[in-house]
Amino acid sequence: MNDMTVPREEREAKLEGMGCKRKRVEDVRFTQGKGNYVDDIKLKDMVFGDFVRSPYPHARVKSIDTSAAEALPGVLAVLTAETLKTVNLAWMPTLAGDVQMVLADGKVLFQNQEVAFVIAEDRYIAADAVDLVEVEYEELPVLVDPFKAMEPDAPVLREDLEGKTEGAHGARKHHNHIFEWTVGDSEATDLAFSKAEVTVKELFSYHRCHPCPLETCACVASMDKIKGELTLWGTFQAPHVVRTVASLLSTIPEHKIRVISPDIGGGFGNKVGVYPGYVCSIVGSIVLGRPVKWVEDRIENLSATAFARDYHMTTELAATAEGKITGLRCHVLADHGGFDACADPSKWPAGFFNIITGSYDIPTAHVAVDGVYTNKAPGGVAYRCSFRVTEAVYAMERAIDVLARKLNMDPAELRLKNFIRPEQFPYPSALGWEYDSGDYETAMRKAMETVDYAGLRAEQAEKRAAFERGETRELMGIGVSFFTEIVGAGPTRNCDILGIGMFDSCEIRIHPTGAAIARMGTISQGQGHQTTYAQILATELGIPADMIDIEEGDTDTAPYGLGTYGSRSTPVAGAATAMAARKIKAKAQMIAAHMLEVHEDDLEWDVDGFRVKGLPEKTASMKEICWAAYNNVPPNMEPGLEAVSYYDPPNMTYPFGAYICVMDIDVDTGAHKVRRFYALDDCGTRINPMIIEGQVHGGLTEGYAIAMGQEIAYDDMGNVTTASLMDFFLPTAVETPFWETDWTVTPSPHHPIGAKGVGESPNVGSVPCFSNAVNDAFAHLGVTHIQMPHDNWRIWRECKRLGLTG
Amino acid sequence: MAKTHVKMTVNGKEIEALVEPRTLLIHFIREELELTGPHIGCETSHCGACTLDIDGKSVKSCTMFAVQANGADIRTIEGMAEADGTLHPLQDAFREMHGLQCGFCTPGMITRAYRLLQENPNPSDEEIRMGISGNLCRCTGYQNIVAAIRLAAERMNGTQNWEAAE
Repeated sequence: MNDMTVPREEREAKLEGMGCKRKRVEDVRFTQGKGNYVDDIKLKDMVFGDFVRSPYPHARVKSIDTSAAEALPGVLAVLTAETLKTVNLAWMPTLAGDVQMVLADGKVLFQNQEVAFVIAEDRYIAADAVDLVEVEYEELPVLVDPFKAMEPDAPVLREDLEGKTEGAHGARKHHNHIFEWTVGDSEATDLAFSKAEVTVKELFSYHRCHPCPLETCACVASMDKIKGELTLWGTFQAPHVVRTVASLLSTIPEHKIRVISPDIGGGFGNKVGVYPGYVCSIVGSIVLGRPVKWVEDRIENLSATAFARDYHMTTELAATAEGKITGLRCHVLADHGGFDACADPSKWPAGFFNIITGSYDIPTAHVAVDGVYTNKAPGGVAYRCSFRVTEAVYAMERAIDVLARKLNMDPAELRLKNFIRPEQFPYPSALGWEYDSGDYETAMRKAMETVDYAGLRAEQAEKRAAFERGETRELMGIGVSFFTEIVGAGPTRNCDILGIGMFDSCEIRIHPTGAAIARMGTISQGQGHQTTYAQILATELGIPADMIDIEEGDTDTAPYGLGTYGSRSTPVAGAATAMAARKIKAKAQMIAAHMLEVHEDDLEWDVDGFRVKGLPEKTASMKEICWAAYNNVPPNMEPGLEAVSYYDPPNMTYPFGAYICVMDIDVDTGAHKVRRFYALDDCGTRINPMIIEGQVHGGLTEGYAIAMGQEIAYDDMGNVTTASLMDFFLPTAVETPFWETDWTVTPSPHHPIGAKGVGESPNVGSVPCFSNAVNDAFAHLGVTHIQMPHDNWRIWRECKRLGLTG
Repeated sequence: MAKTHVKMTVNGKEIEALVEPRTLLIHFIREELELTGPHIGCETSHCGACTLDIDGKSVKSCTMFAVQANGADIRTIEGMAEADGTLHPLQDAFREMHGLQCGFCTPGMITRAYRLLQENPNPSDEEIRMGISGNLCRCTGYQNIVAAIRLAAERMNGTQNWEAAE
């Protein structure tokens, strides 16, 4: 029996390992309607919860009368803050070091805030009962504009914080101030600006938007009172963290809580946080002894759970007359809504915003972020980006375009002039990061050549001349962006969630027949983990990917991990996968040496087994070794073939990319057409090119929505005006442009397989690219910055302001 | 609440049931018939996750009452494959072309695409995009969905052999 006589290429192909466009394992069930999402769960005696929500954005709650609701047949309970106080759960801690009301305690701070939780036999009765709960409100002055939050006479939002001059992240300057976070050398930066030959300054507002996965947030809580065990199914991007938080909040011992994330219908950051629906469902199940299901509707999802962005970034660049950037200064006003519920690593109140120096060698920089409370929903999640990275990239990539205009330089040329050069890596940035690797110029030049950048600029000049002559009503914009992300949070020395280091994990068991199961600390929400982790293992272990099951999301079986968000699955759990596999391979080598009666140093690895050096016909295939692991191990070795790795990454990873957008804008309607969009991504080693391309398509589409129309908007009264899919822009197949994808490969030097993560790059990189294209269309008219979102109305309004249309 | 008797054919099977008049069809399909393939994404007819094929039309079942489906012939994603388990060409093509990620829109998307190809067996890419514009996907950016529908159409029309896409 020697299956290693087959040619190497054939054996490699059979593995479907790294680099293979392996078809997804998940799709077999999804295409047949056999996915298992939270709302598909049906348990015996299960009941339904639904929220009474506040119509007012800021009001005192004078009274709540639940009697009519409770009298309705089929209603089992109505929870209010008063009920929750008896179990000390009227408020809960947030991931950002603040506290948040679970149910309105004395007042409400945003429209659609949770006021009472009705539990009934079915969802229809629950909805009826919601209407029967009578709440008396006394309206209070509303604070919508974050720029007015710290005015002396601004309304006091958080009365619970009265007199507290210290928050979780330092001093509070005002009753609506949450924190100030500063990084960099302020004096050196001031000096660079005072000596600069050219400076630019612009306010870039990155508007409030929302991840809006197609499946809303949901959970089923089931308390077994006899066993004292709580099982919680939910749309959780971090099931283990939810278990720990649930234990701390409920005082149920952690080993008595089982959290299960089944299939998740998209997350994009929306499903990282802990929401009142989860807490109320758990309390409801404890009170009633029956399983309680809670499923948000879309309006609740958009208006109450997990907004993103809302960063107002006054950004300045200093440069020489030749275009060498000498300094960056940025002040951010961050609108956090009524509670600081940002889902960032605990020590990072503004996430990794200090990646703002981007892909450029900028010697000095300083950043200050002020977080403020307003009468808007809490959240501040990383919507398909690592924490606040998209905001930082947007500010930098817009600012460099503004600088290019002022210098009368081409924006692509200005980027090339300022890139960190390959020989500068590992590169310490002025704001404290150590970039692991990059080859920016190669990527930028490849992008420019592929789209014929010079030709596009010539065409643009011709088109502008034709516009002047009255031959066309269209303006052409060319958007360039070059981003560097920071993902893979992260090293436990500086990244934790509520004190738990942000490592991740993989546990592998190899069965005697050479099949295997690997359990992970992460959880897929569409990324295809079942497919790609198996590919890593296939290459590392020489076991065909089809023989490897990947299991995630059940805290009773999976090793502890911090979950999936911030593009951390590949950089952290992917590394854990390789490291656990290498432990197995080391043991396999000892077993092979025993089988072949040679020293293990005399063996060499060959795709799917070991060969004796110099005697290539003497082999032990992985399949044979797996069998031997259960009956023929060396003396004093334990049988079996298992390993676990908890991987604490030494550094973040720094994926990058070059994007170019060509857009035509009709000045009479403000309508745009994306004629071409080219996205080059460098995510290091590519595990499954098909999945990478799919991730890029999806991220670009989300970025397109954000830049061109998607917004969570509030009117002056604090009413959220875009809380249904009628008003909240999600592109259909008709609006969505055609995407061209490309790549370079610069492996991460510290990651075991050199991979960097890719899921969020296209969202991060494309938003400034679209926005730069819009601004570029009007640049020759003296326009420096038009605020997003660039919907038709806003663009038309700009055309009108510029006198381009009547 | 008083219940109403309804009778319908779902995936070729005769169904009889008593339902409350206000029960939405999607809840009846998912919770009473336990066909959880079709999903609920918006409750306002925008997203199309709940798309069913009803009497030869694509219908968003989150804004239709179960009683309105009395007498109807309904097909869900669970009824897309043949009785012997052979998948519909669309189901194969979505997997081959990576036309799905989280899978939440997929049942509605495939159900819609099935009707689209009945209405127009040989659509252009533009016609496919228009034809699925009532179904939202947050993951794929549609490009591979369009490619999958095109591939399925080619196969159903016999203009493409099965091996060529591998």
